[in-house]
Amino acid sequence: MLLTVLRRLGVFALTALVASVVVFVLLAVLPGDPARAQLGLDATPDQVAALRHQLGLDRSLPAQYVHWLGQLATGSLGISYSTRAPVGPEVLNAMQVSLLLVLAGMVVAALIALPTGLLAAVRQGRADGAALSAATQVGISVPSFLAGLLLVTVFAVRLHWLPSGGWVAPVDGVGGFLRHLVLPALALGLVRGAILSRYLRSALLDVQREDFMRTARAKGMTRWQALRRHGLRNALVPVVTVTGVELAGLLVGAVVIETVFVIPGLGSLLLRSVANRDLVEVQAVVMVVVLLVLALNLLVDLVYVLVDPRLRRAR
Amino acid sequence: MSATTSGPGTTSGRGTTSGRGTTSGGRPTTRRWNAPLLVGAVMVAAVVLIGLVSLVWTPHDPLVTDPLHRLQGPSPAHWLGTDGLGRDAASMLIAGTRVPLLVGLVAVLISLVLGVPFGIAAAMTRQGGAGLWLMRWNDVVQAFPALLLAMVLAAVRGPSTWTAMVALGIGAAPGFVRVTRAGTLQVLSREYALAARAAGRGPLYTAVRHVLPNVRSMLIVQASVGFALAVLAEAALSYLGLGTPPPTPSWGRMLQDAQAFLYVQPLLIVWPGVAIAWTVLGFNLLGDGLRDRLDPRLEAAA
Amino acid sequence: MSTLLQVSGLRVQSGPRELLHGIDLRVERGERVGLIGESGSGKTLTLLALMGLLPEALRATGAARLDGEDRDLLTLGDRASARLRGRRVSMVFQEPMTALDPLLPVGRQVAEILTLHGFAGGARAARGRSVELLDGVGLPDPGAAARAYPHELSGGQRQRVMLAMAMANTPDLLLADEPTTALDVTVQRRVLDLMREQVARSGTSLVFVTHDLGIVADLCDRVVILRDGAVVEEGPLDRVFSAPQHPYTRSLLAVSALATDARGRLVTVVDLGSGTTGAVSTGAVSTGAGMTGAATAAAGTQATGAVPATTPADGSADAVVVTAPGRPAAPQPGPHEVLPDQAAPHVFNHLPGDAPLLAVAELRRTYVRPHRIGRATHVQAVRDVSFEVREGQRFGVVGESGSGKSTLLRLVTGLDQATAGSVRIGGREVVGTPERALGWLRRTAQIVFQDPMGSLDPRMRIAEVVTEPLRGVGADERRARAAEVLDAVGLPATALDRYPHQFSGGQRQRIAIARAVVTRPQLLVADEAVSSLDVSVRAQVLNLLSDLADEYGLTLLFVSHDLAVVRRTCDTVAVMNEGRIVECGPTDQVYEHPLHPYTAELVAAAPRLRAAGA
Repeated sequence: MLLTVLRRLGVFALTALVASVVVFVLLAVLPGDPARAQLGLDATPDQVAALRHQLGLDRSLPAQYVHWLGQLATGSLGISYSTRAPVGPEVLNAMQVSLLLVLAGMVVAALIALPTGLLAAVRQGRADGAALSAATQVGISVPSFLAGLLLVTVFAVRLHWLPSGGWVAPVDGVGGFLRHLVLPALALGLVRGAILSRYLRSALLDVQREDFMRTARAKGMTRWQALRRHGLRNALVPVVTVTGVELAGLLVGAVVIETVFVIPGLGSLLLRSVANRDLVEVQAVVMVVVLLVLALNLLVDLVYVLVDPRLRRAR
Repeated sequence: MSATTSGPGTTSGRGTTSGRGTTSGGRPTTRRWNAPLLVGAVMVAAVVLIGLVSLVWTPHDPLVTDPLHRLQGPSPAHWLGTDGLGRDAASMLIAGTRVPLLVGLVAVLISLVLGVPFGIAAAMTRQGGAGLWLMRWNDVVQAFPALLLAMVLAAVRGPSTWTAMVALGIGAAPGFVRVTRAGTLQVLSREYALAARAAGRGPLYTAVRHVLPNVRSMLIVQASVGFALAVLAEAALSYLGLGTPPPTPSWGRMLQDAQAFLYVQPLLIVWPGVAIAWTVLGFNLLGDGLRDRLDPRLEAAA
Repeated sequence: MSTLLQVSGLRVQSGPRELLHGIDLRVERGERVGLIGESGSGKTLTLLALMGLLPEALRATGAARLDGEDRDLLTLGDRASARLRGRRVSMVFQEPMTALDPLLPVGRQVAEILTLHGFAGGARAARGRSVELLDGVGLPDPGAAARAYPHELSGGQRQRVMLAMAMANTPDLLLADEPTTALDVTVQRRVLDLMREQVARSGTSLVFVTHDLGIVADLCDRVVILRDGAVVEEGPLDRVFSAPQHPYTRSLLAVSALATDARGRLVTVVDLGSGTTGAVSTGAVSTGAGMTGAATAAAGTQATGAVPATTPADGSADAVVVTAPGRPAAPQPGPHEVLPDQAAPHVFNHLPGDAPLLAVAELRRTYVRPHRIGRATHVQAVRDVSFEVREGQRFGVVGESGSGKSTLLRLVTGLDQATAGSVRIGGREVVGTPERALGWLRRTAQIVFQDPMGSLDPRMRIAEVVTEPLRGVGADERRARAAEVLDAVGLPATALDRYPHQFSGGQRQRIAIARAVVTRPQLLVADEAVSSLDVSVRAQVLNLLSDLADEYGLTLLFVSHDLAVVRRTCDTVAVMNEGRIVECGPTDQVYEHPLHPYTAELVAAAPRLRAAGA
């Protein structure tokens, strides 16, 4: 068990390191001179050279990478081209916001997926099951930002129940925080919930064909009892495996949703830095997002090991 | 898998009553058409048709602005009204069909070209350990969500249709790798793959004659679903202003433009929204239908 | 005796198709009934219908009365039938690997069946009782077993757990659906003994579904023969096995015992079913005689001395080997030897001064199961095996799962790389030769696999399948060779352009054999080639293999877990256990005078019709 955990941690660290090289190369090797871009066309070569030196761009690529890795480790994440300040604190703030949003979205998704997936599986082949399944099919076809726009139109523009956008940190008032969280979380969770619901439904349908479900019923359980006691648990195993991908999807979905609701998360930060062509900031945000994706996958892996005894022994 | 028919203008859903049940002894009865396949095919065909028509005809020129007639509701002259600059919404919607279709097509092709050989190689070299490293690398690529990759590429190269296609294609490739690898491993575990070796055939022969034909149906399904995801991602990119740059019409950009006029003309978000959902739903249904029809679970094919 | 279960006119429908055509079945209290049939006969469906566990798409009609219940079992509905399941009627399934919930400790799964039916004393007591039950089915260290997850138990142990569950509430009726088919013979023997003992102790009636007549002869009082969803014959075991009335029963008994006709060929169902020519009637008569012996023995009258003489096995086995027409002079039999106690290398089946076609020397295959952290585990699949096979021999290898027999085959055919040792075929070395340079081997040695489903690519036409081993041959000639070889295995040329799914299991195995002989190899290697076939088809395929061996002058290397099949097919047999050959010699000598204790155990455990009374 411990070995398994350690091994997954090792793989995680290795993957993260390789990913950091990819992020660095992706943004460093591309054509264009950030110094020139910042100073404009009328800057003298001397000025450009000075700025290049200041930004560390005159060093070799491996040296730049090591320097950047050091900045990652210390949390400064590099010096912004535009503000000339470490981007770390800003990125961390944005990350907190995004993670809260993702968490809320996940809760909404789970609340939607569990009952609908279960019902669609149990009532499969009947009218209500088919209708539910159809509804989730439509659900996964709607982009989350479109769902966001529609929610805003109805609940903010028409009904004035909730704000159409903006963000209040939890420390500045839980009420305001929740009011601003509801619509973006719904927008995120509705779509992801539909996806999860379909996974759950098909996993449950698969599980119902398993021999041990027949055994359970042969022991004296009704169809429903067997599903509740043995089916659901086993169906969750494949669902857990896709949750990693789903969480990554949620994170990326949050990036877009933040634009719809003007939320100062990683997405907004990324868009702003892209617009400013502030490559250091882009690099930092991308690296953080990638790390988060990897970390979420690691978490899911570990949960998977906990759920499935067959994986517990390190082999 | 699903027994759904949905979306506007279709008959109500009917269960593919436990079509999985392969009756003992007999081979599975594959139906040529099932409801999701039919509906999906029709929906996709409609989108493709509109895209083709838009090449030669739109009701109005989608690029011509008319500040005097902005934000109008639907009328005989402007079927779906006009946008904030007075452009004809119907024409933009029709012309906007091209970009998602093109992006989807090219992105899926890129994913296939990258993912299929990679997946087969990863499965076939599993014994030697190389396959493990290939999959580790795949994990690294998978850590870069397609949309994020597209945003990064747009940041360094500037937004364009090409960056969107390439980034979405690369970003979706790990999924194709996984599907191909899983399918290849299944094929390799079969005795006919062993028989090919006993017949003196090399790995290339096995890959082409045994693996590809048997994972083909899995890949068709994956491609259909990948197309839907690419359309979704393209819409998101355009909405963020990182997709196809203006003035080329695109549904995502129409949504972004419409957001400014939510209070005045909320109908403007409905049209491109429906267009996106329709297209994605069409490809999703097509994928589901193909899954039922082709049953990529290999055992049923035997 | 009073009647416990009375089934009359049981029909099962799948849409417009009828799968069971009115089955009548009566089970007395304490009685053990064998329900026999080949695949597709409807034997499993019958059990599922009684349990109320039919798939939703299927509908059962008719009547099934269980003593003490007022309502018909077939019309109970899920809730009411759930109250009976596991309490009055229990079931054990075929596949032990998948029948238990993989996520729960087995102790909890056993306790569950107690609490479900209102076990007095609560969860803790139920858990204690479940440990007792696991002890009762002979699991070593039942306390630890109760905490174990299914994947930590072997197949036999899991089937014991299933039995513990099924018997937990001392049901009146136990339904067993091929519960030992997936197990090795020695394990099967122990599980069957346990089942008999448990059933006898609690007075439970048993309905035992199987295709294996040997098990039934050993276990049951009465038999019911099913074919294509209908009862063909029914009666007390003695009567049915000694004087079968229906031609199908007769032929089933004959093919199950691998009976042979006057010419030394295995009797097949077609021969007997038609029942017209003289040759057929001789087959039936000799079979009938053999069966009488078997059945008498099964009934408990220990026939001493006479039984081996009258069983068809002995006389006709010689006929197969020696007097089959057109057969070249039989190779000289090798010595009958047992693995010496010292680890000194010993070459089995070696005759001095003879050049063998296949010479295996100190062959070893060790699998390294790597741990990314910690030490790797070494699994020794094949341990220093040495033997020789001379041209024209039919060399059998028997052993249980995990004995290393399949690995041995793959090493011999160059499909796996040996860790050490040597494999020489026709004097050329296989071990260490890269796969690219094994072209000669592919022309010399070919292989037939077990699974006729999996060994043919579903997306290839038969013409492509059978000509796969042909290299550098033009399209026209390929087709001609394909047609020729299909003809040799008894399939029409129209098969060329069809796909594998259009053929039955037996036909598919013929196609796989056609592919193996298309290059005219000297050595044909068969890996459990008839194990997944129905008994009626099995005889046909074995006859075919034998014919081809004569016609093409093949040397056979035939691996099987089935001792009877090897006895019929091979002149020499090697017994493998834990990666070693423990005994080797002429087949009849090895079977009748086993030298090694493992061989003796194996031969005794096999529930063949002949061995039924032994």
